[in-house]
Amino acid sequence: MTDTQYDRAPGDASALPDVERDTPSGMLIYTIGLVLAVVLTAMSFWVANTSLLWVGGVSLGLTVLAIAQMGIHLVFFLHVTTGPDNTNNVMALAFGVLIVALVVVGSLLIMADLNDSMMPGPELMNLQMQH
Amino acid sequence: MNIAVTADDEVRYEARPSATELGPASKRIVVGYGFWIFLLSDIVMFSAFFAAYAVLAHATAGGPGGMQLFNQRSVAIETVCLLVSSYTCGLMSLAIDRSQYGRTYLTAFITFVLGALFLTLEVREFAGMIAMGAGPQRSAFLSAFFTLVGCHGLHVTAGLVWLVVMMAQVAIRGFSATVERRLLCFSLFWHALDIVWVWLFTVVYLMGVLP
Repeated sequence: MTDTQYDRAPGDASALPDVERDTPSGMLIYTIGLVLAVVLTAMSFWVANTSLLWVGGVSLGLTVLAIAQMGIHLVFFLHVTTGPDNTNNVMALAFGVLIVALVVVGSLLIMADLNDSMMPGPELMNLQMQH
Repeated sequence: MNIAVTADDEVRYEARPSATELGPASKRIVVGYGFWIFLLSDIVMFSAFFAAYAVLAHATAGGPGGMQLFNQRSVAIETVCLLVSSYTCGLMSLAIDRSQYGRTYLTAFITFVLGALFLTLEVREFAGMIAMGAGPQRSAFLSAFFTLVGCHGLHVTAGLVWLVVMMAQVAIRGFSATVERRLLCFSLFWHALDIVWVWLFTVVYLMGVLP
């Protein structure tokens, strides 16, 4: 057997001996993460407040920026990688993301569809008018 | 098993048991993984609150909406507080790895102060909204808002209490394996809270004020 697989606790930096030697120091990784996160946050606030961009695309842009920033947090703060020592953590994360997507997208689709279907008059059935 | 030749490397390999060939994983990995699962389930719970908020975001029942209520400047300060506290929490993990007491206390203190500042701003925002009659009972939108943001705030409160308890444990018990495992779980928790906040300020505060 040539491959010995080592697991890694989530949040721990890599413990593989051959990786350890030429990776940047932990401090540098956290600092890069912080800088990237600050840049993305500033962009989010700018996108939400500027009048330069087409209004219809703003929420999509904000969503992309938020997902990018969550990725930055996962990689630089929680040390999630594609390495073999991290497979279990990534699989659990992927399952969590799947459930989150099902709950959020599913709820929005079903509720939008319900609103569309119940249309005897917008003033009667629109959720906005109900409590 | 293909192990590197030098005795030094052999010791390092032996010190890190693998699930496949060297028996069960170390307790640090098992505990960290279990806490990782808990965090993911916590995020799934948050996703239900997010879904409720997104569905009810326009159900203001004639009351005030996000445009009138949200103060972007205070949200920006809260975001910076939480982000920097996540960074100092990371630096705390580095200090713990090297068993440096002074740096651990210092970074934990900064993390705590920033977290407390975040909470203060949030509580002030809530109090202001309730004072102007926009409490959770005003509309479905506000119920969803207070549930979602309040739930995150409660998590931050729990995190602050946990941090104080952990620092007391470091002071009394030193960097034992148990204390280090708990600190690992704390830093996972704190980083996860920051991820939830990224989602939250985007969906609630930024998208909420779009025309």
